Amino acid sequence: MADIVLDNITKRYPDGALAVDKVNMEIADGEFVILVGPSGCGKSTTLNMIAGLEDITEGELRIGGQVVNNKAPKDRDIAMVFQSYALYPHMTVRENMAFALKLAKTPKATIDEKVNEAARVLELTQHLDRKPANLSGGQRQRVAMGRCIVRDPSAFLMDEPLSNLDAKLRVQMRTQVSRLQRRLGTTMVYVTHDQTEAMTLGDRVAVMRGGLLLQVGPPQALYEDPADLFVAGFIGSPAMNFMPARLEENAIRTKLGDIPLAGEVRQALEQGGAGREVIFGVRPEAFEDADLVNADVRDAGIPFSAAIDVVESMGSDVFAYFTLEGDRATSAELEELAKDSGGADMSGEGTQVVARLDAATKVREGESAQLWVDSRSIHVFDPKTGENLTRGRRNRDSGAQRTAV
Amino acid sequence: MASTTREKVGWGTANTLIVVLALVPVLWIMSLSFKDPTTISDATFWPKKWTLENYRGIFDTSEFTRALLNSIGIALISTLIAVVLASMAAYAVARLDFPGKGLLIGMSLLIAMFPAISLVTPLFNIERALHLFDTWPGLIIPYITFGLPLGIYTLSAFFREIPWELEKAAKMDGATPFQAFTKVIAPLAAPGMFTTAILVFIFCWNDFLFAISLTSTTRARTVPAAMGFFTGSSQFTAVTGSIAAAAVIITIPIILFVLFFQRRIVAGLTSGAVKG
Repeated sequence: MADIVLDNITKRYPDGALAVDKVNMEIADGEFVILVGPSGCGKSTTLNMIAGLEDITEGELRIGGQVVNNKAPKDRDIAMVFQSYALYPHMTVRENMAFALKLAKTPKATIDEKVNEAARVLELTQHLDRKPANLSGGQRQRVAMGRCIVRDPSAFLMDEPLSNLDAKLRVQMRTQVSRLQRRLGTTMVYVTHDQTEAMTLGDRVAVMRGGLLLQVGPPQALYEDPADLFVAGFIGSPAMNFMPARLEENAIRTKLGDIPLAGEVRQALEQGGAGREVIFGVRPEAFEDADLVNADVRDAGIPFSAAIDVVESMGSDVFAYFTLEGDRATSAELEELAKDSGGADMSGEGTQVVARLDAATKVREGESAQLWVDSRSIHVFDPKTGENLTRGRRNRDSGAQRTAV
Repeated sequence: MASTTREKVGWGTANTLIVVLALVPVLWIMSLSFKDPTTISDATFWPKKWTLENYRGIFDTSEFTRALLNSIGIALISTLIAVVLASMAAYAVARLDFPGKGLLIGMSLLIAMFPAISLVTPLFNIERALHLFDTWPGLIIPYITFGLPLGIYTLSAFFREIPWELEKAAKMDGATPFQAFTKVIAPLAAPGMFTTAILVFIFCWNDFLFAISLTSTTRARTVPAAMGFFTGSSQFTAVTGSIAAAAVIITIPIILFVLFFQRRIVAGLTSGAVKG
């Protein structure tokens, strides 16, 4: 059991490439922290530095209060699950799990006891004498975890452990990982590029991009109050909708209509002056079918009409897609998000917007529908820096109660 | 890919031709070894008078048995040392980035490219000065030198195939770099090691040039060299039969060696290490 402190951790490769840039993070004892970001953001490098598999160029890494910068992985008392599991193919499941203990010269009886216990927890008992080649993907994944559990380390590191499993198994293993962490109460650092895993698993989520740590916080905080355009677009599925907008007196002019500004948001945005170009962001669930909005919240948003392109019914909700004509919002962050999701240059002309509506909606594909957008849950971003100008502020008059949509 | 009848016939003919070409001399040597000395030059393929006289003859004197012992000892020791050294060097070449890596690979290639005959005279002088001439180490050392490039090349290809994450996993499990190598990487590279062992062994076993140049007595003379010194049972009998018998005998260990190790070269030993 130990806490992990990253103090200005930097990784610079010999060719000068900066992989991780001054990352600061404190991971409490027993905490489950997720490092998330697109490929190449430095999350795996950060994990490898914690593990001791890569040297730290600058900064200090402390595990349980001790500086471990120059300690070999074996002296750090941490265990790691690799993306590929990295099971030893020439050893049986039992030997795989016992390997670390054997190297540590643990008495044979203790090894057997620990391996059997771990196998019982992970439901691997009947597979103990099989080789990894004869196991299914999910079983191999569990062996990889078993190999860590038997050591009873002060921290677990996981490098995209579920990315090689098929979708259904991934959801199943996700809950198992979560349950295991709660049960063992061991500090865990988990790397993933999947924002759903990040949202569902961790106590706290750290979003990285281009070697920088953008924001750390509980999943809900990142979702509701993203620090910048990148976090806003990365966290949440379907993703937040972005469109270009212009700040006017007391309102923000968007393609959906003029959205009135109030309270703290107005104060914050007024500093930048009127007539300023911004990027306007709104989550799919901030939309609703105008007919289904309760009368008491109707005034908190604005109605608009949209030609619905596609309707996807999920049973509990309906996703309605429509296109806004004209220029799309552009920024470095949005380009990277599009590249990461593989959707670059795919949406064609205009801005695709997705709205999450109540299942009772009557919107039809190819028809015009009357929608409503909640002006209280909007985000305004600076197109140059990507900074969330509305961070920590609500677009409502002070004292007004927030009502669930 | 569907192959036409014509293609099948074509390939079949070509394959048969090559196999026949390769096997006729082997059969010929075997036939010679069973021929009676008086009929050795009767120009028939199959012996008219079968005899084991040639085999008895070569085992009569210690000349051949001693050479056989030298051959086995020198080849085995050279192979063992070459494979151990080559696996360490190949591991470094495959996994590490160190200054002079390109030079090392280049040098080992250079050794392999040098015509051995050009090195025999200097080696002869060096070994005489170092009192290595006509000793086992006198042959073992050059054999290791020429076996290493071969081994490094074969083995580094095998090491590159082994997922690097296995080594990282071993490190996380508390293994020292040496333990990671001996307990995880080396067992997985075993097929490569056996392949290399076979190649190096065949090279040492069949070498004639060094064996004849760097030995002068039966102390270290190996079979290929010793065969050149064979004399007939009397001054007037041809040695052809004895040489043929010796050639057949020295082929047996190498066949056994290859058959034994071939079973260890199991493809796909690393399957199950990574991915699902």
